[in-house]
Amino acid sequence: MELGMEVDDTRPPHTVLAVTGEVDVYTAPRLREKLVELSSQGHKQVVVDLERVEFLDSTGLGVLVGGLKRLRSNDGDLALVCTQPRILKVFEITGLTKVFSISGSVDEALAG
Amino acid sequence: MIVALELQVPPRPEYIAVVRLVVSSLASGRRNLADERIDDLKLAVSEACTNAFEAHERAGVTEAVRVRVLEADERMEVEITDRGGGFDPDRLPLHPPVTDPSRLDFERGLGIPLIRTLVDLARFEPVERGTRLRMVVFGGPAGDGGDETVEILRAVLADEE
Repeated sequence: MELGMEVDDTRPPHTVLAVTGEVDVYTAPRLREKLVELSSQGHKQVVVDLERVEFLDSTGLGVLVGGLKRLRSNDGDLALVCTQPRILKVFEITGLTKVFSISGSVDEALAG
Repeated sequence: MIVALELQVPPRPEYIAVVRLVVSSLASGRRNLADERIDDLKLAVSEACTNAFEAHERAGVTEAVRVRVLEADERMEVEITDRGGGFDPDRLPLHPPVTDPSRLDFERGLGIPLIRTLVDLARFEPVERGTRLRMVVFGGPAGDGGDETVEILRAVLADEE
């Protein structure tokens, strides 16, 4: 299963990264690389859109936590878009709903 | 209890999606297992395989991780056996609370707490050179059991622990 990632930087100051597919130990390194790349290119307010993610496990959570840390240490932030119960559940069980700002849509996240 | 499936999986990340797919396909054949529970099992299997593969990598072991799926009327069991050297599941490092900024220093270590929350029963057993993790979900193939039976079974097994 390939991981799809699409960057939309037409809505400054935000950069939207839309992710598709399954995020696990096989695909998560690519998500990590992309977040590092965005951060090093100077993107600060990153919104990761998880609406078309079919599966996400703790490896994916870890990469998002790492991305959040990197962006925050650079005066930025990482927000999430997610309404799918099965994906939200992973954040809820681990308590990470308190760490991330999670919005119901990209527009809401951008307004946020 | 019958062994529905046994896989010898090379401990490489690219195989993890196949294991999830196979286990969730088998689980979806059980009429009393709700879709939500199948997702829970799928996630638990992914976490367990990730840990097993990483343990093999750390130990420099290339032999396969064994995945077995066992079925009985009221339950489905997934057993994952690694040769990654073993560990003590009761002595895992704890994360700082999520409200603590230093929580962001920890990207890993969520797998085992997730497994314990997601399945009805999770047991880590030491085996030669590694660990066997048994994960059980209740919910039978037939429509005659009902939630009550499942609840009683859960209570009985919780006492056993």
